[in-house]
Amino acid sequence: MSVVAHRNQVLGLYRDLLHHSSKFAAYNFRDYAVRRTRDAFHAAKNETDPVKIEALIRNAEHQLEVVKRQSLISQLYGGEKLVVENPKNQKILRRH
Amino acid sequence: MSLLRFAQGPARMLRNVRPTAQITRPAVLPRFIVSPAASAFHTSAKRMQAAESQTLITPSAESLGFEVTGVKTVDNTRPIYMDMQATSPTDPRVLDAMLPYMTELYGNPHSRTHSYGWESEKGVDQAREDIAKLIGADAKEIVFTSGATESNNLSIKGVARFYKGKKNHIITTQTEHKCVLDSCRVLSDEGFEVTYLPVAKNGLISMDDLKAAIRPDTALVSIMAVNNEIGVIQPLEEIGALCRSKKIFFHTDAAQAIGKIPIDVTKMNIDLLSISGHKIYGPKGVGALYVRRRPRVRLVPLLTGGGQERGLRSGTVAAPLAVGLGEACRIATVEMAYDHERVKQLSERLINGIQSKVTHVYRNGDEVQSYPGCVNLSFAYEPSDARRALGAEYDMAHSSIRFGIGRFTTEEEIDFVVSRVVAHVDKLREMSPLWEMVQEGIDISKIEWAQHA
Repeated sequence: MSVVAHRNQVLGLYRDLLHHSSKFAAYNFRDYAVRRTRDAFHAAKNETDPVKIEALIRNAEHQLEVVKRQSLISQLYGGEKLVVENPKNQKILRRH
Repeated sequence: MSLLRFAQGPARMLRNVRPTAQITRPAVLPRFIVSPAASAFHTSAKRMQAAESQTLITPSAESLGFEVTGVKTVDNTRPIYMDMQATSPTDPRVLDAMLPYMTELYGNPHSRTHSYGWESEKGVDQAREDIAKLIGADAKEIVFTSGATESNNLSIKGVARFYKGKKNHIITTQTEHKCVLDSCRVLSDEGFEVTYLPVAKNGLISMDDLKAAIRPDTALVSIMAVNNEIGVIQPLEEIGALCRSKKIFFHTDAAQAIGKIPIDVTKMNIDLLSISGHKIYGPKGVGALYVRRRPRVRLVPLLTGGGQERGLRSGTVAAPLAVGLGEACRIATVEMAYDHERVKQLSERLINGIQSKVTHVYRNGDEVQSYPGCVNLSFAYEPSDARRALGAEYDMAHSSIRFGIGRFTTEEEIDFVVSRVVAHVDKLREMSPLWEMVQEGIDISKIEWAQHA
């Protein structure tokens, strides 16, 4: 695959993973999924070994399927927000 | 064992909170259709939660010293969870691995005559591999159990009973989990002698004490890897080397350790190692026991029957739970460095946050040899300290809090906890006669308290 095609594929996966990660209803899972996705893509951004890049892409594709299914389950069963998600507490936190 | 609830308003510290009233079930059972019935299900789930939250404010009879004056669930929010040593949330990736085995793949993993059995067996075997890899073992050395309690019972009672007659002595520590201490108590009723090693102020055992306690008839040394209350890490490698040189079996309860700190059964000369599923973001109700094959460790099983798990644990292996534990271990192997770095950062943020704003706060446990995700802090001069000085029971008087930080904890949660702790410690100290005296420069340790009848 050409470099440009790789780049587009990786960026597409990154965008999709962030999009679906942010759909978790559960605060802690949502925060983790978004953070872990960012950290993993940033850590691998200078990877040049084509074999490793291929493995990273396969893994990201698998993770995307997991996140799609699990964010949906989270929406089905989740609901109540945590105390830190309350806008009033966001203000308290900013003051500190 | 303390469940911390940081609700809005005064911090509520509850222990063993259980809803006492029956949850009213919705008249129409929810259906699992995504849309548009999903919204109908959502509403009924919310109603159930609402009914539940009203009853949550009743503390159980054993909520020692923790008073609850009614949790104000402002805007229907849930408290922060910071009790990872008690249990951890199931990782969505773990649930994702389990779901096929709770739906389509329901075969008995021990059925050898059809494909339903084979597909379950394949999942269980993969799980065994993943667990073994995390601790540097061979898949054949892993036995599935119902949890770390069963693994501990099986190791201690199993080894002792097998070698009874020739060897009648067991060594453990005073700070072990209850299931280890209770297994030892049962064995002393059966005629075994048990040495309970003390620990130093930092929570660690002394190798000299251990050496001195070893006898020619010592069968087993059982010492936990990471303590559940204060997070100290015992010197496993040194203990393992000593036990191997004396030809004594070494068992370690690693429920709080695996996936959090590197464990290698070969390097550390561990003969038996207990694993729990739900402490490492896996499912509840499953655990594993590592039993060394070379040199062979022999055990008398607790359960007899079909002879599953090398005859050490009869009963059909719970395939979905085993698969969940395997996946939790696989993730732990891959994520250990990332998780550890993150937990360390949050731990420092919590400790520095509190100590920069409150004086006389002490961390329990060794400063270096401890897992950062278990932060146990003592707050001096709270009213409870005064009660202890006046002869109150230990449980009623202790003023330390255990904060359990994990994979899914956020900076926001840490900052919120810091702000709540700071506010309420100040408030509690204002109520404390000891704090007033400290402020006036009186040396508390020189006071002679009147004896209570």
